[in-house]
Amino acid sequence: MDDTRSDIGAQGASNPFDASLLGSRLFPLMSSGVTVLQVNMGRLCNQSCRHCHVEAGPGRVEVMGRVTLEACVNILKERRYPIVDITGGAPEMNPNYRWFVQECLRLGCHVKTRTNLTILLEEGYKDLPAFFAGSRVEVIASLPYYLPDETDRQRGEGVFEASIEALKILNSFGYGVEGGLALNLVFNPCGAFLPPSQKSITEDFRKELKKRYGISFTGLFTITNMPIGRFLKFLKDSGNLKRYMERLKSSYNPVAASNVMCRQTLSVGWDGSLFDCDFNQMLGLRCDHGAPDHIEDFKGAELEARRIVTGLHCYGCTAGAGSSCTGAVA
Amino acid sequence: METYYNPEDLSKFSSISEGAPELWKKFSEWYGAVFAEGALTEREKSLIALAVAHAVQCPYCIDAYTQACFEKGSNKEQMTEAVHVASAIKGGAALIHGVQMRNAAEKIGM
Ligand code: SF4
Ligand code: SF4
Repeated sequence: MDDTRSDIGAQGASNPFDASLLGSRLFPLMSSGVTVLQVNMGRLCNQSCRHCHVEAGPGRVEVMGRVTLEACVNILKERRYPIVDITGGAPEMNPNYRWFVQECLRLGCHVKTRTNLTILLEEGYKDLPAFFAGSRVEVIASLPYYLPDETDRQRGEGVFEASIEALKILNSFGYGVEGGLALNLVFNPCGAFLPPSQKSITEDFRKELKKRYGISFTGLFTITNMPIGRFLKFLKDSGNLKRYMERLKSSYNPVAASNVMCRQTLSVGWDGSLFDCDFNQMLGLRCDHGAPDHIEDFKGAELEARRIVTGLHCYGCTAGAGSSCTGAVA
Repeated sequence: METYYNPEDLSKFSSISEGAPELWKKFSEWYGAVFAEGALTEREKSLIALAVAHAVQCPYCIDAYTQACFEKGSNKEQMTEAVHVASAIKGGAALIHGVQMRNAAEKIGM
């Protein structure tokens, strides 16, 4: 993992991403003010997907505690950030998950909760679709493809079938149906290549999921696989790393660069550390350049005008139509 | 092992411009325009390119258009069918020449 940090997260003068930013007059990359507080509730997950940048799984013990969650609530109270994006791991496995969602809603935040879908079928979590619908949160669900093979190869045997079942349940609770609650799907490529155009793949998903399973959804986000965590290992093991990095780099799009999500996001790690995004979080690159890097030292004004910590991996956000936690950005 | 085909060479394609830069410029512009969205989508054009790459058996093009097809949103099932289309035309084209063989045989036979 350490060599991962040094080659992919490479920063400073040797970081070609900064040179690309310079060429598009975006250097140094600055926050444009925080509108999204992204809370990573921990690395515990019921799945162990091959592309996971978090390297999450059932054996992980890093789970955000109540004190840190309370600190997040206090930040939301103080700074009035309009959106809370809850992620993990499987965030639902955090024992304080439901409490935290309700606290955010009480403060009037728009809550986006990311789910791997299969967790919704497990004992102890089957009430979640009703909980989601009752709280009217936006659900963002991972479904890399509308065919079983591609999905299972990436996310594990049987994941596709369970995901389809969970999507049907969400539809039955009014998610993703016309005039209903927001159910957005997340597509990511099943291999070392860039995602297709968000518009065209959304049309495919809409047609195929309806035809094959009677499932509907609100929208679909295409997300580029980041050269971090398990996906980086796959790139290395399969001899694809060099070519993939060249692909990302040669597809640098200045429009996507000006819209990278870190400019509006502040990301909190399970132990209260602060990051520019979930990817920097997994690389251990905390907020820097003079901005506080832990929730205990939170200073809103400083963080909202901070300089972003960038590295080679950032090319994953700026390739082609760009990529963010809410899909393409250009 | 030395081979005539080296995967690294794919990224050196533009070095061919050195002998004839004007011709390369014209080729690049035309190539780019051919693959842009038109009456056919970019996805359809990539699938045609993949099929033709198999018909002409160009390893560079197979490599490049396998990736391009994925990036335009095609899946392996669709790409395999495209290769079958190319193969069927190649096979059919060989086979229909059997008629010529039969004609020739007819002519020289007793
Ligand atoms: S990608 Fe999501 S579902 Fe898969 S292991 Fe990682 S956190 Fe869990
Ligand atoms: S990985 Fe993307 S979101 Fe994170 S700091 Fe780099 S550009 Fe920003």
